[in-house]
This record gives sequence, C-alpha cells and structure tokens, in this order.
Amino acid sequence: MPAATIGPELQRLIDLLAKMPGLGPRSAKRAALYLLKKRDPVMRPLAYALDEAANKVKACSVCGNWDSVDPCAVCADSDRDQTVLCVVQDVADLWALERAGAHKGRYHVLGGLLSPLDGIGPDDLNLGSLIARGKEGGISEIVLALAATVDGQTTAHYLTDHLESSGVKVTRLSQGVPVGGELDYLDEGTLAAAMKSRRPY
Amino acid sequence: MNFTDVGIVLDARAHGETHAVVDVFTQSHGRWAGLVYGGQGKRMRPLLQAGNEVTLEWKGRGEDSLGHFSLEMSHARAGEAMGERLSLAALSAACAVALATLPEREAHARAYTAMAVLLANLDDIEVWPALMARWELGLLAELGFGLTLDRCAATGARENLVYVSPRSACAVSAEAGEPYKDKLLPLPAFLRGASSEASPKEAIDALATTGHFIETRILHLSDKQLPEARMRIVELLKGRL
Repeated sequence: MPAATIGPELQRLIDLLAKMPGLGPRSAKRAALYLLKKRDPVMRPLAYALDEAANKVKACSVCGNWDSVDPCAVCADSDRDQTVLCVVQDVADLWALERAGAHKGRYHVLGGLLSPLDGIGPDDLNLGSLIARGKEGGISEIVLALAATVDGQTTAHYLTDHLESSGVKVTRLSQGVPVGGELDYLDEGTLAAAMKSRRPY
Repeated sequence: MNFTDVGIVLDARAHGETHAVVDVFTQSHGRWAGLVYGGQGKRMRPLLQAGNEVTLEWKGRGEDSLGHFSLEMSHARAGEAMGERLSLAALSAACAVALATLPEREAHARAYTAMAVLLANLDDIEVWPALMARWELGLLAELGFGLTLDRCAATGARENLVYVSPRSACAVSAEAGEPYKDKLLPLPAFLRGASSEASPKEAIDALATTGHFIETRILHLSDKQLPEARMRIVELLKGRL
C-alpha cells in the first residue's frame, strides 16, 4: 500500500507500534486497525493506561524495581524476609522469581550485566547502591540470581569481590539439569556445569 | 560460496529480535563474522557464549557477503570456566584481545592453535597466565609486530636479557638497561624461551609487556585501548600475589 493512502496520524501510530518488541510493520498495521475498530473498549483505555504508566511508574529508589510507589510494593512489604537479598538482572527476572514463589526476601535489580565487549561497565548499572545496601547492615545473605552466561557470571564474580568486605554471605543459583530435562537433550555447557556442581545424595 | 572449519566464538550480538551476528576465530579462515538464525533463542544461546569451541559451516552468496553460520559445539569452554572467577576473567580477556586485534578474514592458524591451548588450560591457574602471555607474544608476531628478544638492542649481548625497550620492542640487557630501568618493560626468561617455568610474578610482568605492545602497536592504530577485560585480568592476578 503506498504511504500516501494512510493519513499522518495513523502512519505515526503504525510506526510507533512497529517499534514494540515482537511487532514488525505488518503486525503493527494489524494492531492499529484492531485498535481503531475497538476505540472505546480497547484504544482509549490503552491510551489512558500508557499515559498513566508513563507519568506514575518509576524505578524504586531502593531496589530498582518498577512501581508507581517509592519504595516499591516489594520493598515496603514487611512480611518479606528483610535479611535475604536477591540480585537480578532485570525486572522480568524479578517477576519470574515471584511467579515461581521461590524467594520470599527482597530484591535488587541491576538493570543489565557487565559486558566488557559491549562497553557496559559498573557505572552503567545499579551496582553502587547494591554494594551500599550490603554494607549498611541488616542483610545476612545476598543471592546472585544472574544469567548463566559469560556476562552474567562475570557480573556475579565482580559483585562477589566487592561484597566480600561487607561480611555478608554471598551465594549464587545452582547450575545444572533443569526439571524435566533429559541428559541426551542438554547442551554441553549445561552438562559440564552440572557435573562440576554435583553433590552427594 | 561455503566452507567448513573449526573455531572459537569471540562475540555474539543481537540482530533483530531473534537472530545474532557472531564473530568466530576460525582455524583456517581467521576471524569471520556471520549471521546465526535464531541466535537469540533458547537452543542457540548456550552455544554462542564467548570462548566456546565450535565446528561450523559458513554459507554466503559471495565472498563479501555476511553469510550465515551453522554451528555445533565441540568444547563448552564457557561453561567450564564459569565457576572460577579467574578462569572466566581469562576467557573474557582472551576473547576480547582476539576480537580487538585480529583483522577479519585473514587466517592466523598458529594464533588459533595457541588460543585453543590457552582455553583448554584455563582450569590450571599455575599454567594459563604464562600461556596467555606466550599467546599474546605470538599474536603480535603473527600480526607483524614481533618483539626481538634474542639480543640486546644496545650492546648486541645475548645473555642476561631482562628488559624490553617500549620504543624499539627489542630486548635490553641488565647492564645496558640499568640507567633506564624505570622506563623499560620487564622481560621474564620464559617469554624469550630461556626457561620453561614461570612464577606468578613473572607471568604478570610478561602480561604487562605484551599488553603494552598490543595497545601501542595494534590498538592505537585504530584509536582503541586495551580491552577492559584484559586490563582486569592483570589486576586480579596481582591480587593473588
């Protein structure tokens, strides 16, 4: 379809939708047409929700989680174990751990990983506040729940070095065979890590 | 055009939402980049970790095209190194140096073989720092910036060579270098092949020397500095002394 047949307002909407993860130009057009057909039930509430989220959702000044209140709901929850801190790369990882119900303590969101090859250094991440949290007392364990990648583990080692002096116990997630995983289908890296971190029955 | 080869993954960067452009140091074709379809997917991500040794097939329309790789793991070096901070730092440093220094599509088989030996020994802290220095020395020679370490630049002496001149990249004897020793770089005996063993201090000295020449002879040409991962490894080794 020639671009001139689409008005500038609609074209702008399509262009912006096409920037969303998972959406290309074609699916952006489909989404735009869907929104126009569902103006009242979807499009206007969506526009309102976007505007409200853009104005109200901010990074928590304590942990870096996204929320409309500061400190965030997780930090403010007094039922959580205040002595255990779980360090994650992104808010999506925090949500994953919450979904699993695997961690009942508090979190710290780094906002990325150290990557010397990509030029991402300690100043680009939320590391300073984590080290300060470790040193300010009241925390007995810091769990490094970071990706089992070269960048993830480089970040974990960096943090371990800097948290050593605080006297807090630093642990990391185990690496190995996933639940439901058959050895035959596992990649060699996972198998090697699983063999290295084997433990007595 | 297509070829099969073995290689070491140096870097993988996202291309779009699902694919990746991967830099591989291949044995017979040098540093070569190519697209990996689904490179950001669950199945491919473990394979595309820096340092992993792979067998590969590259296919492209012509020699100049980006082309695409089909990869299979041969040694999961990244997974092996992850548990040990120094091993992982060394793996990152070696990959960063190779990525920063090697020209694309120019075969350097000896540098490849030495790097594979280095990666295979990353679990032995007594061995790999010296291996890394030897590899970097060989890399400098492969790229046309070899050091002259068999005779003194000032006197021609072949004995008691303990320094390297940062300007001429030639060895300097202890006697000739005495007045300038603060400006000269250290030359441990193992680096010139006079000894097969290297103490931790000697390995650090050797890495300081090779790091200086990699930075000034190769990286400064393209206005780059020694990669951060490479600088960090020396600091970590010093912390162990």
